[in-house]
Amino acid sequence: MSSPATEIAPARQPLITWDKKTKKVVSDPFMDNNPITVQVLGICSALAVTIQLNRSLVMAAAVIAVLCASNVVISMIRNLIPPSIRIIVQLSVIASLVIVVDQFLQAFLFDISKQLSVFVGLIITNCIIMGRAEAFAMANPPWQSFLDGLGNGLGYGVILVGVAFFRELFGSGTLFGFQVVPAVAYELGYANMGLMVLAPGAFIILGLMIWAQRTYTGYVEED
Amino acid sequence: MVEAYISLALKSIFVENILLAYFLGMCSFLAVSKKVETAIGLGAAVTFVLTITAPVNWALNEFLLKDGALAWAGLPEIDLSFLQFITFIAVIAAMVQLVEMIIDRYSPALYAALGIFLPLIAVNCSILGTSLFLVEREYDLGESLVFGFSSGLGWALAIISMAAIRYKLRYSHVPSGLRGLGITMLTTGLMAIAFMAFAGIQL
Repeated sequence: MSSPATEIAPARQPLITWDKKTKKVVSDPFMDNNPITVQVLGICSALAVTIQLNRSLVMAAAVIAVLCASNVVISMIRNLIPPSIRIIVQLSVIASLVIVVDQFLQAFLFDISKQLSVFVGLIITNCIIMGRAEAFAMANPPWQSFLDGLGNGLGYGVILVGVAFFRELFGSGTLFGFQVVPAVAYELGYANMGLMVLAPGAFIILGLMIWAQRTYTGYVEED
Repeated sequence: MVEAYISLALKSIFVENILLAYFLGMCSFLAVSKKVETAIGLGAAVTFVLTITAPVNWALNEFLLKDGALAWAGLPEIDLSFLQFITFIAVIAAMVQLVEMIIDRYSPALYAALGIFLPLIAVNCSILGTSLFLVEREYDLGESLVFGFSSGLGWALAIISMAAIRYKLRYSHVPSGLRGLGITMLTTGLMAIAFMAFAGIQL
């Protein structure tokens, strides 16, 4: 620890920067440090809303909005939060933002908001948001935190949409609600896989996606 | 009356298991299911907190937040239901803190056994999820109590059996990319299929 007198004042940084390091903050969560498959955060909602593609797109957009906003807000007040009560402070910031998103969905996308039911509210306890607030926003300035939120939100969205693509295609033969599997296939004896619509299908598809993604990046978890 | 409660309890423990059918509480399920002892501790703590928070949140919703709930105070046209999320999460965080202090005061042995898992329960989605479900399904006080307790029991059952399976999995040769999270997901999927077998049971 250096005494305050010898501490050198940090050079004033521009508020918005775009160099290699900030670019990495956005691109890393897509593959090498994906929030779902590598950091193991936010799995609950990743599974529950993936029966249909349009539901999971709305969910991903909601999570990206909350994640960016909460990272920026928490990063701006990070020096004012007493460490002992930071969890409560973070939770109340996140809960307020989720209320805004929930009211917005109820006003403009009522059908999908009804289908998502409790899972919009559960964004509050989505570990990605708490995890990024705790791990990144508490230690970085607002612009970087915003990019980190954007990157992690998109990384989450990619997996969500991927799982939903397979579940909707194999479970109902549709994509975005449009029939994709031709009627001829059903006449020849093709049948929708009922398992995909149910809970076990989500677990198995996500397990296989994690396997494929980790084989591609070469990430191995030591037990 | 009692039959209805037993039927609700069995339904929420087995058929609509909060973890295997609604995917709630996955994060701590994946993180803490490596050892059977810690899984039992966390399962017990979650059941305990759920049993308390479910009826408390029911009462708050019924007498303060619901549309027209403030009629007893002479304000029948006020609808505070948009405050649900923040109220529920505040109640949960406060309850977890309270439970932590009570256990610390009266049962230091249990407190030491649960350790760091107690504060983590506040951000376990199964707790908030249960509160939101009981509002959505319009349960009454007794039903919320039974629902909270049996959801916790179902969650504990799932995490303890997962920990036991993972203990055995250590001796098997899993492909390197599938190790850890991947194989746990696939196993959870198989467990969910097994639990679906209870779906036909009617009381």
